[in-house]
Amino acid sequence: MALLQIAEPGQSAAPHEHKLAVGIDLGTTNSLVATVQSGEARTLTDLAGNAMLPSVVQYQADSIVVGEQAAAAATQDPANTLISVKRFLGKTQAEIEKSYGQLPYEFCEHDGSLAISTVAGAISPVTASSEILKTLKQRAEDSFAGQDIMGAVITVPAYFDDAQRQSTKDAAELAGIKVLRLLNEPTAAAVAYGLDSGQEGIIAVYDLGGGTFDISILRLHQGVFEVLATGGDSSLGGDDFDSLLVDYFKKQTGVSELSASVLRLFINKAKACKEALSQYQTVNVGLEFDGQSHKVEVTRETFDELALSLVKKTLRSCRRAVKDAGIENEEVLQVVMVGGSTRMPIVRSQVAAFFDKEPLTSIDPDRVVALGAALQADVLVGNKPDSDMLLLDVLPLSLGLETMGGLVEKIIPRNTTIPVARAQEFTTFKDGQTAMSLHVLQGERELVDDCRSLAKFSLKGIPAMAAGAAHIRVTFKVDADGLLSVSAMEKSTGVQAEIQVKPSFGLSDDQVANMLKESMTNAKDDMQARMLKEQQVEALRVVEALDASLATDSALLDEQELGALKAEIAKLVAVRESATTPTEIKAAIEAVDNASSEFAARRMDASIKKALQGQSVDEV
Amino acid sequence: MRYFELFAIPVDYNIDLATINKHYLELQRAVHPDRHASSSSRDKLLAVQSAAEINDALQTLKHPVKRAEYMLSELGVDIRAEQQTLQDPLFLMQQMELREELEELENAADPDAAIAQFEAQIKQLDKQYSSELAAQLASSDEQQWQAAADNIRKLKFVYKLREELERIEDSLFDD
Repeated sequence: MALLQIAEPGQSAAPHEHKLAVGIDLGTTNSLVATVQSGEARTLTDLAGNAMLPSVVQYQADSIVVGEQAAAAATQDPANTLISVKRFLGKTQAEIEKSYGQLPYEFCEHDGSLAISTVAGAISPVTASSEILKTLKQRAEDSFAGQDIMGAVITVPAYFDDAQRQSTKDAAELAGIKVLRLLNEPTAAAVAYGLDSGQEGIIAVYDLGGGTFDISILRLHQGVFEVLATGGDSSLGGDDFDSLLVDYFKKQTGVSELSASVLRLFINKAKACKEALSQYQTVNVGLEFDGQSHKVEVTRETFDELALSLVKKTLRSCRRAVKDAGIENEEVLQVVMVGGSTRMPIVRSQVAAFFDKEPLTSIDPDRVVALGAALQADVLVGNKPDSDMLLLDVLPLSLGLETMGGLVEKIIPRNTTIPVARAQEFTTFKDGQTAMSLHVLQGERELVDDCRSLAKFSLKGIPAMAAGAAHIRVTFKVDADGLLSVSAMEKSTGVQAEIQVKPSFGLSDDQVANMLKESMTNAKDDMQARMLKEQQVEALRVVEALDASLATDSALLDEQELGALKAEIAKLVAVRESATTPTEIKAAIEAVDNASSEFAARRMDASIKKALQGQSVDEV
Repeated sequence: MRYFELFAIPVDYNIDLATINKHYLELQRAVHPDRHASSSSRDKLLAVQSAAEINDALQTLKHPVKRAEYMLSELGVDIRAEQQTLQDPLFLMQQMELREELEELENAADPDAAIAQFEAQIKQLDKQYSSELAAQLASSDEQQWQAAADNIRKLKFVYKLREELERIEDSLFDD
C-alpha cells in the first residue's frame, strides 16, 4: 500500500476516510443517536451527559423547545407540548381517538392531513418528529466538531405500515437528514446482540417500547440476519400501561372528568408509579390538583392484575410470529428484550414462561436499538468495506387490492422477504372502459374496512376495448425500507397507464417539499446554499463510488466505453467545483448516471455469477 | 429454467433445500441494496430489482406447487393464470367431503386429535399427487406434462385445505 496518496484536485485525498454516519432511534418516549467510533458503537450524549432525549416538543409563539425542558413544561402547557407524537404518524384523528381515548390536544386538519393546533399554528406529527431529529442531528455534529453527517439509519417499529414508514422518512427529509435506511427496531437490536455475542441460530426479539410492540424471529448465520417472521401491534406500548393506572387513579380518587393539565399530571404520575413498581412492591402516589389532595396506594400485585391482559396480547403476537417463522418455541436459542417497557417484572416473567427461557437483558434495553442502527449505518456509509453483515427483512403486513364486494385480495403476503416485486393482472368489465380505480390496502383481514387504506389509484388512458379484452398489469414493489410503490400498464398495447396517487394518510411529495421550503424561510436559512451543498456531497459520493468500481471492474468496459465514462466523471468533478447552482451539479450527476448504466448492469451480472462461482451444477 | 440456473442447482423437481438456502444467502450478499448503499442511484435501483428477483425465485423454488407450475410454464404449459375448472367428478366429490369434515373439526370431542387425523389425510393426498411430478416434469413427452398439470391442479386443492386447517387451528388457539 502506498504511504502517500496523491489526489487530483477535487477528489477526496483519502477515499476510505472515516465518514460520520449515525443510527437514530426515534422512539415514542425517548430518542437516541449513536455512532461507531474505533469499531465500537456508542450513544452520543448532550452537554449534561444524557443519552436519552425525551421525545417531547413544546411549541411557543416564537420558539421551539425539544427534550427534557419541554417535558418539564408538559403539565403547565399541555396543549402546546407534544408528547409521544410517534403514535400519531400516518394516522387519522378517528384512529387516534379510538386507540388512545382522551388526549390533551386539539386536533385539526392541515392541507388534508392530521395536525395539532398549537400557539405556533397547526403542527403535523411529521413536523414535530423532524424537530426531534434535528436536535439529534445537531448533537451528533456538535460531538464531532461540526463534521457533516453523511447519512443516518433511522429505526422504525417492525410493525409500522407503509404510511407510518413514509411519514418517518418525510420527517428525516424535513430535518435535512439523508436516510441510508429505515431499519426495523428488533432487527437493529438483533444486530447489536448478534455482533456482540457472535452466536448463531434462531433468536426472538421482544420489543415493547413506549407506544409500539414488535416481535421478530431471526436466524443468525455468518453475518446474515435473516428475519423469518415479524408481528406486533403498532399501538400498544408503555403508554397503554400508564393509561391503565390513570384509570385506576380515577377510580380511587373518584375524579372522572380531568382537565388537560390534570390529565397530564395523572399520566406523569402513572408513568413514575409504573417505573417504581419495577423495583418496589408497593408505591404510594400523591395526586394534588385543583386544591384537592389524594393518596393512592398501588401494589405490584394490583398492577400485574391490571397489566396481564395487555401482556397476554403481546404473547398472542409471539405465538403467531413463531408459527409464521415455521419453527417451534424450543428452537429459539435466545430471547432478547428491547424497550424500556420490558423492565416491568410482569413482562419479563410472562415472556420467560412463554419461551421457557430466561430473556437476555445484558445490553441496556433503552440503547440497544440505537447501537444496532449505528452499526448498520457504519457499514452502509462505507466505513467497513470488508464487513459481511447483511440484513434481510420482511414485509410486516400483507398488501392487497380492493375487489368486488369490499373484499381484499392479497398481492404480497406478510412476512415476505423484501425487497419484493409482484404483479397482478386485471381486466375491464365494461365495453370501451378507459379508466379504472384501484384501492391499495395493508393488513391481514378480509374486509376493506378492517384493513389500512394506503392509497387510491386511478388508471387512465386505457385503450377502449371490449370488456375483458384489456389486460392491466399492476406491479407492486416494496424496497428494502419496506416502502411501497405501484405502477401499471396495459399489456396488449403497451400503454403505460397514467397513475394518480393520492395517499390516504400522511403527506404527499408536494406537501413535504412545501414544508421544507417553509421551514427554510422560517429559519432564515439559505435554501439554495443548502441544496448546493447537498448536491456537492452527492456528487462526491457518485465519483467515489464509481472510482472504486472502476478500480476493480474496469475490465468490463472496452477502451472506448471506459474513455467516455471517465470523461463524464471528470466533467462532474469540474462542475462540482465550479457550480453556483444545485441544478448544474444535478445535471452532471445525471449525465454520469446515464454514462455508467451499462457498466452498472454488467457489474451486477458479474457479481451474481461470481457469488456462486465454484458451485456450478456439476459439483452440487 | 432460469431460476434453477440462477441458484446453480440441477433442474429437478426434487430440490435440496439446504443448498438453495445457502446459495440464496450468497446471492443476496452480492446483490442486496445494502451492499450497494454508497453506489449511484442507478446502481441502487438495479440492486433492488436483482434482490427482488432473487427473492421471487426463492419463493418459487421453495414452494412445491409454485415450483411445479414454474417448471411447467418453462416447458411451455402455463397454468398459473388459468380459469379452467377440474374435470374429475370423483376428485371433486372427495374434496367436498373433506371440506365438510373440516368444518366439523371445531366441534369435535377432541379437536387436537381430529386436527392431527385430518392433517395426516392431507399429507397422504399431498404425497399421492406430488410423487409422480418429478418424473413427469423431467419427461420430454407432452402427455406427461398434461398429466403433471392435472396433478398440480389437484395439489392446489390440497394446499387450500391445508391453509383452511391452519386458520381453524389458529382460531382454536386464540380463545
